[in-house]
Amino acid sequence: MSYITGVGLLPYGKHEGSSTIDLMSRAAELALADAGLKRGDIDGFLCGYSTTMPHIMLATVFAEHFGITPSYAHAIQVGGATGMAMAMLAHQLVEGGVARHVLVVGGENRLTGQSRDASIQALAQVGHPAYEVSLGPTIPAYYGLVANRYMHEYGVTQEDLAEFAVLMRAHALTHPGAQFHEPITVADVMASKTIATPLKLLDCCPVSDGGAALVVSREPTGKIAIRVLGAAQAHTHQHITAAPPLSGLGAEIAIARARQATGVEISDVRYAAVYDSFTITLAMLLEDLGLAGRGEAAARVRAGHFGQHGAMPLNTHGGLLSYGHCGVGGAMAHLVETHLQMTGRAENRQVKDASVALLHGDGGVLSSHVSMFLERVK
Amino acid sequence: MSELKPAADWTTGTEAISFQCCRACQSIQYFRRSFCAACGSSDLDDRVSSGEGTVYATSLVLRAGTPEARAHVPYNIVLVDTAEGFRMMAHGANDLVIGDKVKAGYRQFTGHLVPFFERSGS
Repeated sequence: MSYITGVGLLPYGKHEGSSTIDLMSRAAELALADAGLKRGDIDGFLCGYSTTMPHIMLATVFAEHFGITPSYAHAIQVGGATGMAMAMLAHQLVEGGVARHVLVVGGENRLTGQSRDASIQALAQVGHPAYEVSLGPTIPAYYGLVANRYMHEYGVTQEDLAEFAVLMRAHALTHPGAQFHEPITVADVMASKTIATPLKLLDCCPVSDGGAALVVSREPTGKIAIRVLGAAQAHTHQHITAAPPLSGLGAEIAIARARQATGVEISDVRYAAVYDSFTITLAMLLEDLGLAGRGEAAARVRAGHFGQHGAMPLNTHGGLLSYGHCGVGGAMAHLVETHLQMTGRAENRQVKDASVALLHGDGGVLSSHVSMFLERVK
Repeated sequence: MSELKPAADWTTGTEAISFQCCRACQSIQYFRRSFCAACGSSDLDDRVSSGEGTVYATSLVLRAGTPEARAHVPYNIVLVDTAEGFRMMAHGANDLVIGDKVKAGYRQFTGHLVPFFERSGS
């Protein structure tokens, strides 16, 4: 068994002058304090990567800087799924008796630490160097291809996709740490500049500075215990050219494995935290995970299903689309928000019941998937 | 493992689309390797595609990532299912839609050759 005992999240947006290590340190400090732990209690450490600070040993660079000497530490790289993959690994390290308190950290000055072009180019490298990158695609183009096909097969429209941007923005308006604070409408999304068809600027998550951290422990350290019920992964391809058909993507495989491992059914879930790098990502994942019927997710958004007071509150902090996306920390914000909701600390964003949560991360171009279930122990 | 010769195709500046066919298990693969990704055999046959196929998906890029690519916008990134059975990424005419029957030609893009699909007559 393992428990998420502490979380920390920085505001996302611009942190002018802060380095990757600065942002990671600040998030880690918050998570430690939240768990009521000291540096000396941490015997396991996991971190992701940073495009502004590439390093072959980021975990030990951070550990030395932060002042911890764990008995187990390394960085891992699973693109956007890194945060969820780290949480899964931390859970397994604790369950396996390797560590008692695993600190998990992601952070990057992705917005102010490099030019916009450098950021776009670094991310486009998830494509195949010879067979894809040479054609000049961008991440929005990879997802634009997916969106084009998904819309074709399931009758989803651009206006449908826009609903997800509007929902995430509405949620972000209630969180002071979010990158965006201006309300938007479907018309605003539709009128925003085209990036790569059918995706427009407001269909895409921003580039942000930020950081997030959590602690996974063998025993609860606070009054309310949030237990990791289990997690599972699926990796079907790296490059979109080599992806399986839409019906065979990894989200469905990962969630099926997670359900089998934990015995949790989708009908048990009360809160959802789902990766939303683009509106199409969120629409597809909700449907792949079984949180909406095929082609029906947008209708559920319109009906208020995924709102704070709906039947399945979703990314109440605003998600990648409107809280922001700083790389590894991006989807870790989903996990932090889930923990706040489950422990009743989400303030004006608090949902009625977050007793069982489903989290899902995606890396690459729907390449790598991690599904996880959390439960509030009664 | 046998040494892999560079492909004589668009990735090395030749107007062709090549792929590999495994003599052991008959699997085909587009991303060139010294072995068959399906069965591991190194007995691979180099083949050249007819350049004919069907559009699987398109995305017209208006915001490019590099100054060199920006000179070409808008350009259409397409996934094409070739007649030989593999999927490939390429450029295509801006008005292509899913299901269009297409045929490959070639164009220059940021200083190198890329396949460019246009609607075929039929």
